[in-house]
Amino acid sequence: MHFSFSVMASEQQLSAIKGSKVLMVGAGGIGCELLKTLALSGFPDIHIIDMDTIEVSNLNRQFLFRQSHVGQSKAKVARDAVLKFRPDINITPYHANVKDPDFNTARRHVNRLCLAAGVPLVESGTTGFLGQVTVHVKGRTECYECQPKPAPKTYPVCTITSTPSKFVHCVVWAKDLLFAKLFGDRNQENDLNVHSKDGSSSSKQAEDVFERQKEENIEQYGKRIYDHVFGYNIELALSNEETWRNRNKPRPIYVKDVFSSELASQNGNLDKSSNGDPPSLSAMASLGLKNPQDLWTLKENSKVFLEALKLFFSKREKEIGNLSFDKDDQLAVEFVTAAANIRASSFGIPLHSLFEAKGIAGNIVHAVATTNAVIAGLIVIEAIKVLQHDIKNYRMTYCLEHPSRKMLLMPVEPFEPNKSCYVCSETPLDLEINTHCSKLRDVVDKIVKAKLGMNFPLIMHGSALLYEVGDDLEEDEVANYAANLEKVLSELPSPVTGGTILTVEDLQQELKCSINIKHREEFDEEKEPDGMILSGWTQPRAAEKNGKTAVDSEVSTSSASEAVPLETEDDDDLQIIPTITGKKRKLSDISNETKNKRKAEELDSKNDVVMLDDENSDMSKKKREQ
Amino acid sequence: MDDEELTEQETALYDRQIRVWGVDAQRRLSKSHVLVSGIKGTIVEFCKNIVLAGVGSLTVHDDRMVTEELLSANFLIPPVENVYSGKSIADLCCDSLKDFNPMVRVSVQKGDLLSFDVDFFGKFDVVVVSSCSLSTKISVNEKCRRLSKQVAFYTVDCRGSCGEIFVDLQNYTYSKGKADETVECLLEYLSFEEAISIPWRSLPRGLSKLYLVLRVIEQFEEIQGRTPGEISTADFLNVQKLRKELCQIHSLNESEIPDSLLQRLLAGGARESSPVCAIIGGILGQEVIKAISGKGEPLKNFFLFDAMDGKGIIQDISQVQAPETEFGMGSVERVENIV
Repeated sequence: MHFSFSVMASEQQLSAIKGSKVLMVGAGGIGCELLKTLALSGFPDIHIIDMDTIEVSNLNRQFLFRQSHVGQSKAKVARDAVLKFRPDINITPYHANVKDPDFNTARRHVNRLCLAAGVPLVESGTTGFLGQVTVHVKGRTECYECQPKPAPKTYPVCTITSTPSKFVHCVVWAKDLLFAKLFGDRNQENDLNVHSKDGSSSSKQAEDVFERQKEENIEQYGKRIYDHVFGYNIELALSNEETWRNRNKPRPIYVKDVFSSELASQNGNLDKSSNGDPPSLSAMASLGLKNPQDLWTLKENSKVFLEALKLFFSKREKEIGNLSFDKDDQLAVEFVTAAANIRASSFGIPLHSLFEAKGIAGNIVHAVATTNAVIAGLIVIEAIKVLQHDIKNYRMTYCLEHPSRKMLLMPVEPFEPNKSCYVCSETPLDLEINTHCSKLRDVVDKIVKAKLGMNFPLIMHGSALLYEVGDDLEEDEVANYAANLEKVLSELPSPVTGGTILTVEDLQQELKCSINIKHREEFDEEKEPDGMILSGWTQPRAAEKNGKTAVDSEVSTSSASEAVPLETEDDDDLQIIPTITGKKRKLSDISNETKNKRKAEELDSKNDVVMLDDENSDMSKKKREQ
Repeated sequence: MDDEELTEQETALYDRQIRVWGVDAQRRLSKSHVLVSGIKGTIVEFCKNIVLAGVGSLTVHDDRMVTEELLSANFLIPPVENVYSGKSIADLCCDSLKDFNPMVRVSVQKGDLLSFDVDFFGKFDVVVVSSCSLSTKISVNEKCRRLSKQVAFYTVDCRGSCGEIFVDLQNYTYSKGKADETVECLLEYLSFEEAISIPWRSLPRGLSKLYLVLRVIEQFEEIQGRTPGEISTADFLNVQKLRKELCQIHSLNESEIPDSLLQRLLAGGARESSPVCAIIGGILGQEVIKAISGKGEPLKNFFLFDAMDGKGIIQDISQVQAPETEFGMGSVERVENIV
């Protein structure tokens, strides 16, 4: 009889767990579930990092948090909550305070640190009912950056500026163009005005339209803007008949058409109600609109538009010029919803509620507790295998909404490392660039930082150091590197030309790669706006259909000390799709913000994973000393 | 009453999930009443999930006093003796669950599950039983079926690395989004007794072995009058004997119920594995939410999970073979690597 087998197996499991040390990245949706399941499973030493604070919309699934915790550190509150039912374990929270604006970069950063430290990473993500858990072990399975990721969907500029056909196009226009133009940085490039073929609309004149005239009262200003963007601009676009040959023509909308005769009395009411109340930051509130799920009529949208604009200029005047859209800014959401709906009316596109528009504009992730709980369970199962070095049983598991081959939870074998991955293998990258025009700064900004995701790069040509970042540099070095940045590649002290091989390294991430330089004279401004092309590089991971989100947990074992970091992020945080909230970007690289609600397929990310800042800098120091 | 809108507070709290299942579903959830009986790790997970989701009320039933074993996968109760001594597990869990979501009414029901009459179950929309005998499951299921109102019935249990959910929604209609239209679909379910009585040889090919093993163990506990889970490797020989008998009755080759799996489940005994509880409790929570909201295709009628191979399988155990489930949007690209 050999039935002692399973007992033995579980004893081995237990001892592997007892000697482990785990790092979790993220204490959100998956994080709360994961921390609980790890604690119940007997993990004795858990470290958890999250820079986020608790919000009301977290409470429906991040069950370690309560209303009274709103505003507090997720990592700390999560720790306290778990210690109540498992007081005998160690949980170390880190409320890191450096907010990485780009979640993707953070995830890639963790991947690199894990590769460098030889610590396995269990990574996971969820959106709606879909989720995924993946194990990344250096040399054994693919790393987080091995797979080419589908590029985020982008919209052609003219679809946004001139020929919207879906509501999302109107939201992008309202948020990235109109909102940015009125309340953001005026100097930022902005495609708001219609490009008419004959070039008749002088942009100079158009620019002035958005300036509020001296002596112009807020109501007048608002109506003028309204008439300009929803009326005049549409008329102008209509004059370009070619555009409308195969499309439905839009309808210009003017304030007078919407309100006809009652405008005066309406305004009176508005003034009255908003004067009576304490300063209201909501146009909905001052107009008596309560339910964010309701569809507003064109007239209601127009009132909200004018009222929101008025409130911005009267109550939040100081912020104007510096605002960027934020989904938690009620007034901004109201303005964008109203503007998008008015534009949608113009183009015969169905209108949407504020709730829906907010989801689209804010890239809000669909999230439920159950999927997170399931995913957290799967993470722990993989983490235990990793601790036992049970390599042949590692699995990547999908949690599906609709069964596939009768399975709702579907394990697949992990993928092998991609031999041409520039992160976990040493495959060189190719860079096509005009070495006589492009400066070293262009390469650092557009390639090394933006595409390779390095934070503290060092660039070498042979043994010549061209560029370096760090706190411990001498003054003359700093001056020297600053000078190099402004030099054209072929004029650097050690000239970079076609055939040159550059070595780029990030000491913190312990990532090093080679770039073969290929000289090229011309680039297409529209299609190749960077003026350089990097190949052999994969897009940052974007969420894929059917919810293959990358997410978050990581397990690590180091041979000596059995450190097992599990890192997690939450659904919100889990996602990997680059988000476009906040930062102003050119329309051409605006990522798709569509939410296909029914399918819940699209994932996006809003949050940032917090990195161990202290540890990171220690790591780079150590390397330097060697 | 049906048009009652969600409050501002509800809209804010449930924002992220309303984006998944819609306002109507949320409204239906908030009017639903759920009963759970037999509180171990899996049920604790389930309770957490539906309280967070915002059901109208949850009634918890389990008169057992707290023991260390019951605490092993329970995150609702602090392991401090002076907190739990003298209180039933339902009392303690109720206190803790109330705290999760102030908008949900959580209460305790005392008494013997078998003594509750048909009308009692009529107060609920969903009844979930766990950690009880086969005959109790069958009896509760039958009482639910006798009501004119449709009460969704579930059983759930985890043993070691394995877990199982059974679903009886009687005659159930749900709406399914297809392209841009919504279609109404009808499913017919069997009761637990009917389902497990179907001769094994007539079950579909490729039937999960776990299903059969669990039936053998369930029968063994019933015949011996054991508390569910109170079974160990010491019982292996007797369980093997029972397997032989059952296989003869069902005209099934004994090799369909492998020793290794049988041993593994016996060795696990009543002990639950927290990750498995989280997984099964999560899937069950999702199914109950589907059933209440009438949105999305519910599973029919068994769900089986084994952490050893990582598969979570839906098994349709019914006399009339249902047509193959179509491959939905959930199908995955890299399927060639399926284990």
